[in-house]
Amino acid sequence: MNNTFVASAADRRLLPEGRMAGPMPWVIAIMTFLTVLAAGAGLALGNAASGLGAQLAGKLTVQIVEPNPDLRARQTQTVLSEISRLAPVARAERVDDAKMRALLAPWLGSEGIDADLPVPTLIDVALRTADPRAVEEVTAMVKSIAPAARVDPHAQWLGPLQGLLSTLRWLSVALVVLMGVAMAAAVVLSARTAMITHRPTIDIMHMMGASDVQVARLFQRRAALDALFGSLVGFVAGVGVILALSGLLANVGAALLDSGGLGWSGWLIIALLPAAAVMLSIFTARFTVVRALGRML
Amino acid sequence: MQNGYSGGHFSRHLSTVRPALASASLYGCAFAVRWRAQEKASGAGTVSNIVQFENVGLRYGTGAETLSDLSFSLSRGAFYFLTGPSGAGKTSLLKLLYLAQRPSRGQIRMFGENLVAAPRDRLPVFRRRIGVVFQDFRLVPHLSAFDNVALPLRVAGTDEREIAAPVREMLAWVGLADRAEAKPATLSGGEQQRVAIARAVIGRPDLLVADEPTGNVDPDMAQRLLHLFDGLNRLGTTVVVATHDLHLLSRVGTAQMMRLDRGRLSDPTGALRYPPASADS
Repeated sequence: MNNTFVASAADRRLLPEGRMAGPMPWVIAIMTFLTVLAAGAGLALGNAASGLGAQLAGKLTVQIVEPNPDLRARQTQTVLSEISRLAPVARAERVDDAKMRALLAPWLGSEGIDADLPVPTLIDVALRTADPRAVEEVTAMVKSIAPAARVDPHAQWLGPLQGLLSTLRWLSVALVVLMGVAMAAAVVLSARTAMITHRPTIDIMHMMGASDVQVARLFQRRAALDALFGSLVGFVAGVGVILALSGLLANVGAALLDSGGLGWSGWLIIALLPAAAVMLSIFTARFTVVRALGRML
Repeated sequence: MQNGYSGGHFSRHLSTVRPALASASLYGCAFAVRWRAQEKASGAGTVSNIVQFENVGLRYGTGAETLSDLSFSLSRGAFYFLTGPSGAGKTSLLKLLYLAQRPSRGQIRMFGENLVAAPRDRLPVFRRRIGVVFQDFRLVPHLSAFDNVALPLRVAGTDEREIAAPVREMLAWVGLADRAEAKPATLSGGEQQRVAIARAVIGRPDLLVADEPTGNVDPDMAQRLLHLFDGLNRLGTTVVVATHDLHLLSRVGTAQMMRLDRGRLSDPTGALRYPPASADS
């Protein structure tokens, strides 16, 4: 009974260990399952937000809006030649007619663009920097050539989506924290119940000269075993669901979702969750029991 | 005799031989060496007070005092019987002695230290020097007789290799060698009491406190258990036995009597003189 944290084989017999007899392991299993899902969602959303940010940073579209086709063509040529000379611009390409037809097909039909329909010319621009001043510079240059042109930074279109992803990611983090708090609360209730059940044994041990830490070690061992079983079950179930969802997302094949997977660091964090659950249970049980014993003589 | 208890080395020597010899025959192994080393370290054998009460009162909640104005001292190595009618406060006094209760007022010194002011994390050290036989046995129900007897040694951190021999010898001495693996629920009241007694004395306490220890055993067994207490007492353990059985009082020639009545001590044999008669002499 000397080791601070580990109960000896003889000490283990002091409290009867009806493994899996109570609800505690299953409560921990459910909480770990939900925690793994929340953590997986948070990590994936974090990756998606980061990927989206990388995709959007420094990209913009120039629309040459001019009803006169000849003037529109001249303005397009001038903008293309001038824009490439700007220092922040890495690349500028006109969106070709075939791609334009494909883009507009859902709205204008598959028969192509009517020659009388004034469709703006689009220029894809990639900047070397995400600095807003670069966008302002490009805008000023484009407006000087084509006053009716529009310059749309991509971040402006998908910024709200990125904000939503970021919010969902933090919501996932909050869920993981709340699950941890709920798990700790469950361990506290379990430890208190176990103390009431085993109060006569605790009294005897105290009368024999057992210290609070010696008694607490028996309870924290039970809590650790319950948490180990429960967290492993929850972990396996949670990882199974994540893998299944990954398969479904892969079938969707959306470019936005491609960046939302779990990297090795994400899987490592998820793999550490059962260990975190066990440690949380051990320290919560120890704290609870020692605190309760402190109120006895 | 029908059991190992009567045939062991300890029983043959206990009533007649010197304490050291009895000690060696009881444990006949490294445990005896440890016992004697502990005896030397604790200062057993020197004349001093192991317990000292000064104006101690005990009150449960807001009720009247269960114990009032207790002032006495217990000499190291003395044997005391605590008697009194039911409800006199014997069990409450024993609770104070085995540190299950703090007094409502007064001072208690044990083993040379003021335990009223001692922080609770110091109490386990002192409790390990006290053996207790509870009136209701208080055996751990899911542990075998062996593990119940071994409990004080394990709590004290004794190496597992040094536990089996003394526990088995102690179980043999109380006549339960063949019931070592039995759970308390399968033992009779008398057997449970003997396990409780073996558990109380296995750690060779400086102070042994027993609450009606012979209440559930036949007269023959009561006599033997009393001899066990007497033998421990000769080895230097201070023994306090609370009992209603006045016949026991004559069985230990050197015993002194403390009588409680309505929470106050009377002094029929001079045991309660402060300092006590034994210390005076």
